[in-house]
Amino acid sequence: MLDVVVFFFLLGVIARVVGSDLRLPEALYETLSIYLLLAIGLKGGIELSKQPMAALAPQVGAAILLSFTIPFLLYPVLRALRLAGPDSASLAAHYGSVSVVTFAVVTAALTRAGLPYESHAALWVAVMEAPGIVSGILLARLAKLQEVRWGALLHEVLFGKSVLLLLGGLIIGAIAGVEGTAPIKAVFIDPFKGVLALFLLELGLVAGGRLSEVRRFGLPVVAVGVLAPPLLAVLGAGVGVALGLSTGGVAVFATLAASASYIAAPTAMRLAVPEANAALSITAALGITFPFNIVVGIPLYIGLARWLTQ
Amino acid sequence: MHTMALTKHARQLLVIIAEAALEKSLVRDVKRLGAHGYTVYDVRGEGAMGVREGEWEADRTIEMKVICEAQVADQIAEHVLNTYAPNYAVTMFFAAVQVLRPEKF
Repeated sequence: MLDVVVFFFLLGVIARVVGSDLRLPEALYETLSIYLLLAIGLKGGIELSKQPMAALAPQVGAAILLSFTIPFLLYPVLRALRLAGPDSASLAAHYGSVSVVTFAVVTAALTRAGLPYESHAALWVAVMEAPGIVSGILLARLAKLQEVRWGALLHEVLFGKSVLLLLGGLIIGAIAGVEGTAPIKAVFIDPFKGVLALFLLELGLVAGGRLSEVRRFGLPVVAVGVLAPPLLAVLGAGVGVALGLSTGGVAVFATLAASASYIAAPTAMRLAVPEANAALSITAALGITFPFNIVVGIPLYIGLARWLTQ
Repeated sequence: MHTMALTKHARQLLVIIAEAALEKSLVRDVKRLGAHGYTVYDVRGEGAMGVREGEWEADRTIEMKVICEAQVADQIAEHVLNTYAPNYAVTMFFAAVQVLRPEKF
């Protein structure tokens, strides 16, 4: 059975498809995304406070390398599918970066399945957002597309709201620990899943709105959106196994590798590679890959992790 | 009640409707090109580049209003046209306006 939060996503998609007037206020979307990022960071940070940091270096290094490498693997494939250079670089960057909500859904699914995962997994998410975007820009740059204002762009990527909130939450959680965060537990920890459900309803509305675009871009984009995630998941799972992660940890790593960013990457790529068709990348990342991952992919990746680690 | 005759001064209003991703760059540009101020709103709508509903970050649109001297408005518009219009959703228009405190603009 699907995790209950996934049903909220489907409700949002259906609302859009049938032309309902349902619309969440923009301010609520902002609030929910800030809440989720902080809560995920805090949760990871609280767990970090229980263990020595140094042991995590290989995992952090592998996570950064994985995110950085994925666009270089995808780019030639996208070019072979006859996508233009800028479009290929931008799309590749979206898949190199990660989706925080997909991460939240896989951890919810693991908890429900009774499969423990590394409690500091939020740290992996925080370090996997930026490298994929940077290598996407490098790819665009290598194709001599245009001048990039690296300073402004790195600032945007490193101090953009998602990385700032995730890392901020991690640090606050790590410093304050279990006792220090006890007074805010009732807001940031306990209602997490309910808030996630509400956010997925909103994302369902947004993704449902992209469905009409899917037909416009045709088969290659659908193929990329559906085939890239499982293949990247195998790569991610392999890295997870090599790192000696738990079954749940391998599933999380596989899911992160399979996920595509639809918040940080679109904004960054819009500025860095303006020639790229933004609608194409967003349709693939949010209209195809995100629903695929949360409905079909995550159960597959958990199965893969079980098979690889038994 | 005593009323003063208001002295009005002619200025140009330049309205730029663009993808929200451009906001920081536009603010930097209009100040550099001589505008003394600007106003930005979040808006939504539809145009040649499709529907922009503004439901989430990457789909957001802003409207920037700049009141300035006519030649400053022209310079800004020319810069935006050359720099952003080829690849971004951008709409611009001018209107003649009258202001009360000319030193502000």
